[in-house]
Amino acid sequence: ARTVREPGAFRHLTRRSSSRLKELRRITKRCSVRIECIVSLPEDKLQPRDFHILFVPRRSLLCEQRLKEKGVLNSFTNIDEYILDLIPYDGDLLSMESESSFRECYLENDQTSLYHAAKGLMTLQALYGTIPQIFGKGECARHVANMMLRMKREFAGSQTQILPVFDTLLLLDRNVDLLTPLATQLTYEGLIDEIFGITNGYVKLPPEKFAQKKQGEGGKELPTEPKKLQLNSAEELYAEIRDKNFNAVGAALSKKAKIISAAFEERHNAKTVGEIKQFVSQLPHMQAARSSLANHTSIAELIKDITTSEDFFDSLTVEQEFMTGVDTDKVSTYIEDCIAQKDPLIKILRLVCMQSVCNNGLKQKVLDYYKKEILQTYGYKHILTLKNLERVGLLKPQSTMRNNYPTIRKTLKLWMEDANEQNPNDISYVYSGYAPLSVRLTQVLARPGWRSIEEVLKMLPGPHFEERQQVPTGLHKKRQPGENRTILVFFLGGVTYAEIAALRFLSNMEDSGTEYIIAATKLINGTSWIKSLMDSPEENLP
Amino acid sequence: HHYIGATWHVLKIELYEMGWNLKDGLRECLVAAAPYGGPISLLKGHNRRSPSARPQLEIYSSSGLPLASFPWKSGVVKQLGWTVSDDLLCVQEDGTVLVYDLLGGFKRHFSMGNEVSQSQVLETKIFHSPYGTGVAILTGALRFTLATNIDDIKLRRLPEVPGLQGAPSCWAVLTQDRQSKVLVANGSHLFILDNTACTPVTPPGLSPQASSIVHMCVSFSYKYLALLTDSGHVWMGTSNLKEKLSEVDTKIKTPPKQMAWCRRPKSQQPSAVVMWDGLLIVVGECKETIQYHLDDDSILVPELDGVRIISGTHHELLQEVPGACEEIFKIASMAPGALLLEAHKEYEKESQKADEYLREIKEQSLLSEAVRQCVEAAGHEHEPETQKTLLRAASFGKCFLSNFPPEQFVSMCRDLRVLNAVRDYTVGIPLTHTQFKQMTVQVLIDRLVYRKLYPLAIEICRYLKTPEYQGVSRVLKHWACYKVQQKEESDEVIAKAVSVKLADAAGIFYSEIATKAYESGRTELAIKLLEFEPRSGEQVPLLLKMKKSPLALSKAIESGDTDLVYTVVMYLKNELNRGDFFMMLRNQPVALSLYKQFCKHQEQDTLKDLFNQDDDHEELGNLYVKASYKEQRLEARIALLQSAVDEYYKAKNEFSAKTTEDEMRLLRFQRKLEEEKGELLVGFSLHDTMTTLLSVGLHKHAEQLYKDFRVPDKRFWWLKLKSLAEKEDWEELEKFGKSKKSPIGYLPFVEVCIKHHNKYEAKKYVSKVTPEQKVKAHLAVGDMEGAAEAAIERRNESEISTVLSRCSATTDHLLMERLNRAKATAVKK
Repeated sequence: ARTVREPGAFRHLTRRSSSRLKELRRITKRCSVRIECIVSLPEDKLQPRDFHILFVPRRSLLCEQRLKEKGVLNSFTNIDEYILDLIPYDGDLLSMESESSFRECYLENDQTSLYHAAKGLMTLQALYGTIPQIFGKGECARHVANMMLRMKREFAGSQTQILPVFDTLLLLDRNVDLLTPLATQLTYEGLIDEIFGITNGYVKLPPEKFAQKKQGEGGKELPTEPKKLQLNSAEELYAEIRDKNFNAVGAALSKKAKIISAAFEERHNAKTVGEIKQFVSQLPHMQAARSSLANHTSIAELIKDITTSEDFFDSLTVEQEFMTGVDTDKVSTYIEDCIAQKDPLIKILRLVCMQSVCNNGLKQKVLDYYKKEILQTYGYKHILTLKNLERVGLLKPQSTMRNNYPTIRKTLKLWMEDANEQNPNDISYVYSGYAPLSVRLTQVLARPGWRSIEEVLKMLPGPHFEERQQVPTGLHKKRQPGENRTILVFFLGGVTYAEIAALRFLSNMEDSGTEYIIAATKLINGTSWIKSLMDSPEENLP
Repeated sequence: HHYIGATWHVLKIELYEMGWNLKDGLRECLVAAAPYGGPISLLKGHNRRSPSARPQLEIYSSSGLPLASFPWKSGVVKQLGWTVSDDLLCVQEDGTVLVYDLLGGFKRHFSMGNEVSQSQVLETKIFHSPYGTGVAILTGALRFTLATNIDDIKLRRLPEVPGLQGAPSCWAVLTQDRQSKVLVANGSHLFILDNTACTPVTPPGLSPQASSIVHMCVSFSYKYLALLTDSGHVWMGTSNLKEKLSEVDTKIKTPPKQMAWCRRPKSQQPSAVVMWDGLLIVVGECKETIQYHLDDDSILVPELDGVRIISGTHHELLQEVPGACEEIFKIASMAPGALLLEAHKEYEKESQKADEYLREIKEQSLLSEAVRQCVEAAGHEHEPETQKTLLRAASFGKCFLSNFPPEQFVSMCRDLRVLNAVRDYTVGIPLTHTQFKQMTVQVLIDRLVYRKLYPLAIEICRYLKTPEYQGVSRVLKHWACYKVQQKEESDEVIAKAVSVKLADAAGIFYSEIATKAYESGRTELAIKLLEFEPRSGEQVPLLLKMKKSPLALSKAIESGDTDLVYTVVMYLKNELNRGDFFMMLRNQPVALSLYKQFCKHQEQDTLKDLFNQDDDHEELGNLYVKASYKEQRLEARIALLQSAVDEYYKAKNEFSAKTTEDEMRLLRFQRKLEEEKGELLVGFSLHDTMTTLLSVGLHKHAEQLYKDFRVPDKRFWWLKLKSLAEKEDWEELEKFGKSKKSPIGYLPFVEVCIKHHNKYEAKKYVSKVTPEQKVKAHLAVGDMEGAAEAAIERRNESEISTVLSRCSATTDHLLMERLNRAKATAVKK
């Protein structure tokens, strides 16, 4: 059977018989809150087949009930669940890949994904020891922490005696920092995701740049299939450049190119049999490095075509103006022009939302003007999407309250004028100036502590809190001098690659004293995030 | 110690003098004793059929202390037997099996099937396998019916045995290849019955004098088989009948009462015990047999590592002498263990001989071996004094060893303490160390719990440091389950007692205790107990069962498990009338929003009712808008939108109302135009509608929309500009450009024309752009001179640089000089 890598709530049906399958398909199409897809083997008309159903991440009553109503529940030989909460994506990254988690939590008041997050954290603690300290900010964070503490009581007596690996858990609501995902990520990996979209650690790229140049053929035959590449830290070069600002990638690539060709040159120096043998033994590694370099050079070229375009520059300029608080209270001519030229709707929504967030809401007149423009240009059906954005706070009319964004920006140093893209000394390099709020909160928590920003924390939505969990005596970690603290940062509602890059930067910073492990309900970017909030009565969005 | 026999040693030790007082001993009794030192059940006079004299069923501990006794009121019992979890099975003539716990409480009954009840039970055997406890029945029709696991009954009727005229001379159940099979002897013929076939088999090398197999027994592990022939020969071999181990002539030709294997695991030699009236013979590898006289009617209870012999007065264990004990206690033994024991004895006497013995062991580097022997031998001893002597010797020896791992010694001391405690007469579980290791502490604790020996069980858990939730907590839970069934005490008293006792115990499942209380008809007590349950998820099913649905709902919500909330919500939906159901949801916002989610996907109409109930006009409006998009017919669609408009007004959401009205207006306009002009328009956005109209030349209509919908000038200009350029209607574009002052300026005109590769048209607008955009405009049309001119005129350094960067060194040499000069002055300024 094919396996499905959509860890949402899918059912895995391995075998089928003809009439039953149709019925199942019908159910799954219109059915319940959770059924999303069924995968099956090719039909075999002669042999009756066994049905099996596997619920991921957990068994769902509604699903079973629906199957029962349709009279097919008894056709399954096995009904089971595969508990899949946190999926490791990299050495320091876990994701639940729960696509609609943010939408469910903030729009639909359905906290199922938070329950799974808490369950996942319990599993993590069973494997890596009780986490002594829990910090959090936001309603969802509070809810998850409460569930964890409750579950801990429930499992009392069955704790495993494991030395805690994590010192602290930080739970962060996405809605504490709505701004960051809206901004265009400017790290290498972030841009790959923004432009091509990374799905389950893979990216599909236009094939033209990857054509094998063979001598004599003149490279006329271009492949038509998209080039699919896996992206993770197992690839040495990618690990090196993924989190760099894109403007620093070119230099890194050419440096690498020199090292690799120098390594190949070594063969001329290999004189003795032993030296040649040594050289040959390194060949596979060198060849892999060379093909990796070729791939990333091509990707970087593809990205450069876009980042050097006037469109990209203009849009980035406006984003940065909003983030620094320039003209956030008026209708932006740029957005107006983009709408007039019917640029992609999601681009418009990202910009308008960003302006609203950076202004702590828009003047009613401005808001209504944007809404009207969007509805007239892209269709009235998007009224529901706009309502959704308002409900989650991405768009809002200005209240009588003062715009507190400038205060937050200044206190947390969200804008750094002199961001160093080549040799960064601050996390703001990931957005060439803007330091992601979520990561600043994390940074301040590690040093000097949240007490220093009490005022700002109050301005951000939701409660902030600290909880302690009893660690069995004898398991208290005695830190060696120079040994790092480990903080697990859990983003409820999704995390962007740029935020991950910023946290990795903090981990690698000299004498930061803290190592970060990142977990999230989903790896997101502004586009996928806004898309998840759209509500179009017609299935397919423009 | 009795050491009997010259070549191999069997040891008979007395376990108990029986505490029972049986008038006639075991005569005329149906007896069953559970292995692993389990309980004994007796049914006296089971053959009596008159209702006036009912047989009496009695249950005793292994030491003969009474556990239960009651008159047997059901049918005729053919066989008694014990399950692996200490339940008593009583197999009746009609194939019904009654299950009792070891304190005589009735648990349940089950049937062995119609066929059995029709042809009646002839003989029965109860057996144990990795799958649990099984029952095998030979029916009056001479067919075998088998259930391998009584907790999951799947009856199997085995194939017919050819030529069987009456009851077979003997039969046994054995487990082979993960299947239970029956071995049947009919005269001299032997058959193996499995699910599908009856296969004749021949034991290799069976004495030819035999004309019939009169008795058989299978070893505890099902690995070995012993057959007794009418010629008095005992054949011993593997149960797969591939190998013969030995054959011994007992010289007795009368059929025996019972036969059993008496073999230690890993023992090199086979040995079996055959019992006749008053006589017990142990047979082994050699021709010689060991004989015991029996005073009384007895039964044999096969164990993993020996045979227990229970008579009306005594309880004994017959065992092969363990290797370690033999080494140490053999007369004049020079084994290291024996020397160490001797050394320690001398040491106690403060004799210097101790040193001599020790030296002797140490010279051979066998001290650690000696310690090991002593520890192991202690484990096999039943007398605490002997155990102590051996352990002391071991401990003494250990002193002269560095780096000797202490685990074996320590755990043996612990094990023996536990074993001595449960072997105690008052408890009566005579386990050997080998049996104890095989059955595990977990099971021993279970057995103590079945006997309601809670304090002892807890003490053992604490002493062995069993993890709390497997140990103490589990025992306390059983205690509490028992406690809640005590009718004479009030709910309050019991709830208090339970909570006090269980307060500090980790991992207690109060829900199980509460379920027990509910099953004994004490709902109030159950609710009280559920309050202590920390896992709210576990509270919910029972609360629902007890019809405490509001409580169940709030507990489900508390757990955070949304699936559980759905469980309750769906239950309530079926249980309550709609009004009450909605009312209950209203008080639980979490449940309400989950239910709304459900309705959104499956019950749109219910969703409408819910919004109506809450006067949520905004959501109702949204609902109508959504519905309108699913509607194909335009009239219906507009009607739904109208409903949405009404709702939005009620919600005081003017923007949404007005927008939706606009939408209706647009739809009507589009339809009208579709009818008139045949252009497909319905469903297009306003913007796309205007674009389409312009592209087909319906300028008037586009203008009308622009005015009616108050489209901002800027956007309309953009739209018209792009449409005209798209059509390459340059004449119209020029007219449009001149119609009035462009609200978007003229740079877009230049750029759009260039985009459509019309430099000639683009140039027309260059002069009209604002001074700030001049450079850009000139550059767009590729006019370097003009761009340079404009930049220099404006003395703008960055603009000059931009132009410079676009100049080519070969063709624009002069221009570049000029620009550089201007740049210099601009910078100076």
